[in-house]
Amino acid sequence: MTTFGVIRFPGSCDEVDALQAARHFGEAKLLWHKDRDLGGVDAVVVPGGFSYGDYLRVGAIARFSPVMESVAEFARSGGLVLGICNGFQVLCEAGLLPGALLPNLERRFICRQLGIEVVSDATAWTAACSPGDVLSIPVKHTSGRYYVPDDQLADVNVVFRYAHDGNPNGSTNDIAGVANAEGNVVGLMPHPEHAVDPLTGSTDGLKLFESAVRERVPA
Amino acid sequence: MSASPPSPAAALPSVEEAVALGLTAAEYALVVDKLGRAPNQVELAMFSLLWSEHCSYKHSRKLLRTLPTEGPRVVMGPGENAGAVDVGDGLAVAFKVESHNHPSAVEPFQGAATGVGGILRDIFAIGARPIAVLDSLRFGEPSSPRSRFLLDGAVSGIGHYGNSIGVPTVGGEVYFEAPYEQNCLVNAMALGLAESSRMIRSAAAGVGNVLVLFGASTGRDGIGGASVLASAEFGEADEDKRPTVQVGDPFEEKKLLECSLELLERGLLVSLQDLGAAGLTSSASEMASKGEVGVEIDVSKVPLREADMEPFEVMVSESQERMLCVVEPARVGEVLALCHKWDVHGTAIGTVTDTGHVVVRDGDRVVGDMPVAALVDDCPLYDLAPAKPPQPLYAAPVRTLEPGASPRETLLALLSSPNVASRLPLFQQYDWLVQSRTVRRPAQADAAVLRLPNGRAVATSIDGNGRRVACDPYNGTVANVLECASNLACVGAEPLGTTNNLNFGNPEKPHIAWQLTEAVRGLGDACRALDAPIVGGNVSLYNEAADGPIYPTPVVGMVGEVPDPERAGRLGFSETDPTRPDVVGFAGPFRPHLPGSELAKLRGEPLPDGLPAADVAAVRAAQEAIRDAVRAGELSSAHDVAEGGFLVAVAECCLAGDVGAVLDVGASDDTDRLLFGEAPGGFVVSGPEDAVRRLAERVELDVFGRVGGDALEVTVGGERIDVPLAELREAHRALAPLFP
Repeated sequence: MTTFGVIRFPGSCDEVDALQAARHFGEAKLLWHKDRDLGGVDAVVVPGGFSYGDYLRVGAIARFSPVMESVAEFARSGGLVLGICNGFQVLCEAGLLPGALLPNLERRFICRQLGIEVVSDATAWTAACSPGDVLSIPVKHTSGRYYVPDDQLADVNVVFRYAHDGNPNGSTNDIAGVANAEGNVVGLMPHPEHAVDPLTGSTDGLKLFESAVRERVPA
Repeated sequence: MSASPPSPAAALPSVEEAVALGLTAAEYALVVDKLGRAPNQVELAMFSLLWSEHCSYKHSRKLLRTLPTEGPRVVMGPGENAGAVDVGDGLAVAFKVESHNHPSAVEPFQGAATGVGGILRDIFAIGARPIAVLDSLRFGEPSSPRSRFLLDGAVSGIGHYGNSIGVPTVGGEVYFEAPYEQNCLVNAMALGLAESSRMIRSAAAGVGNVLVLFGASTGRDGIGGASVLASAEFGEADEDKRPTVQVGDPFEEKKLLECSLELLERGLLVSLQDLGAAGLTSSASEMASKGEVGVEIDVSKVPLREADMEPFEVMVSESQERMLCVVEPARVGEVLALCHKWDVHGTAIGTVTDTGHVVVRDGDRVVGDMPVAALVDDCPLYDLAPAKPPQPLYAAPVRTLEPGASPRETLLALLSSPNVASRLPLFQQYDWLVQSRTVRRPAQADAAVLRLPNGRAVATSIDGNGRRVACDPYNGTVANVLECASNLACVGAEPLGTTNNLNFGNPEKPHIAWQLTEAVRGLGDACRALDAPIVGGNVSLYNEAADGPIYPTPVVGMVGEVPDPERAGRLGFSETDPTRPDVVGFAGPFRPHLPGSELAKLRGEPLPDGLPAADVAAVRAAQEAIRDAVRAGELSSAHDVAEGGFLVAVAECCLAGDVGAVLDVGASDDTDRLLFGEAPGGFVVSGPEDAVRRLAERVELDVFGRVGGDALEVTVGGERIDVPLAELREAHRALAPLFP
């Protein structure tokens, strides 16, 4: 059985939701930001929220936390890591993913259910999807405008785009999520952990967690 | 009584200084009498705050005693930080609404943000995890730059705080009316979830126990906020009041929240209280009063943001994100260790005593010594002198719709009017989904629905049209309560309890006293009639400026029970099988009238003197019938008729469901009243024809047409109104340009 570890920073908001989402497919436990020990988990989720208050710059302080040192090591040795929203920002700050997340073009917090197109199924977190799938998943953020310099854009492993002209933040090429070259580390602004139950929205977010399990147990 | 004044070398403050701090000369004399001597600076500062309107409710307490507060599901009533109702399986939902009007009128972003912060602390102070925020906002007309500035600031501030702390903002309301131009209203309501057995009260207990202050350090922000800002009218020199607005830090509050809940979960606390208005003064005195004990506090132990603060400043600072708890001496180490885990400052600052006094020390020096009873209980309560004003208090609204407008033009004008237009441009700036409980989000249903761990759900709504109350304080308030309960009925919820925020002008004026007295009478009567007891609330008075008072605005928040969240109602029509379209019915004892309505406002008509009385029992019966039908899963949609009347409600159902409707409402000798008149007790429902006919067996109901198409087509008295959905939608998004 896959065990997911979900990091809890001071200021995390969506860690319990991520925990519940992961439990659809495996075991899941919280990892405390001050602990270097990842407790032998098989996959790590860096959740949404406002880690350390997002002082200085979104995700800028969290990358220096003790737990993130271990997550970086885990990622570089091929461990599965998913960064959601603030988690995506943290992974970019930590250099585990390329690019940066800038304030939304409209400079406002935006909370909206959107269509998210799967661009690549060649990552650990999208193996259960097919390219072209449009997932109904909400976004909620103030700083979600993905940016990389033009000369690096071609090298970015794009995983998700905002579909149907629904780009809520002005991100480059409608990018909603990216992976590292190996595909074991994925970050995205939309919140798959908030799309796991028809009662509260949609269930399309389950695909990401299902993918992580499939990755570990090849059919 | 301590006849010898505590040590201060400085001269004692004069009666003039007491008056400058907000006390009357007579109140000052009473303080001298209670102390047996003149108060020193620390004591005077503390008395002036605790005897302020904001803390003592001295003009409203007698009225509030008339409200119904008991019911079979009430587990915590007024007097604690928040009220709470039983939701089954040992769970309770705590809830309360509070105002932050005066700070928001000075600095809207921080005023609104700290309003949310304050109400959240009230919720977790009783051991409940905050699960939802709603807000109730009032501004002048959006044509005014000041109103747009206040709106933008308040919405950003609410979002900033709620979004950052991981509590969803699931509902709310906003109205734009000229009388709020100078005095905007920002009321925030929060709900929390707790195991009933784990809830904690605020009474200090156990002589020798330790007072631990934890959270943010203490600075000069908000000094005198309760007495200076919230308990007097605004004058010319508002700029000077800016320093008395507090600044919020949601990150600090998030840590404080998690730390407080973990302290409670581990059973480490005897009691807990948040620091709100009047800071340490109010929390320590009220904890002592409720526990019938004394407390001794050493201000030199309070962690400060600024080194040179005077003892009185430490005692009255309204710095945000602080809590005070009582701990047994043996557990202090564990409490401080847990604070350290959450990177929260925790400091032992005093003890519980048996003296019945609040003693303030600055190291070895006693700088204040007052009987708890004098501070908390002995503030004089005033009788109001209500008198109905002989002339209208409010100018007629500015006309924006010409007489003779066709029904089609009227419909579009109403849909685009600021009080009716879609609230999505506001709501999408709030996180409404964190915590994974939100079964019905804003604009999906008349009330928000939140599922609970026991498989059931609660619904919640907040309502308070002030113009109605300005027309008729009694019947207008009854209508607000009925509307809140109707919103709950439309999602299938039965009211469990009510909270309220009474926003009024200066109660020392007879006409405001009359508004307040009549509104409280209406509130009490309606809540009694609905068996929806009042478990807590707040009063905000002196909301008036040189150009007059605000519309009297009693804001009503309710929490209701939904047994099966899968069947929670929606407001939008739906088209599942075009060959067997849903029928549209209009249900309820609805007796519409135009005076005081949104249409009357657009036409610039003066407010009427009085509104027709509602048949409360008949409205309740209709609510029960609708609720039962929704709970049985019989209806596709249910929507309460509110501002704009019947046709606006139908248009809202079309827009929410993205499908048109074809209606024939027959002939009428007063088309405007039929289509756009307002009153409590009207519901637009849709569903399979047999289900809607079954509902007609329990409540007055007419079937007017069917769902379908991509336009709203209405035939009235032979005349046909035909508006494509796209045109309705364009009119309805009128608020979007306010948030560029």
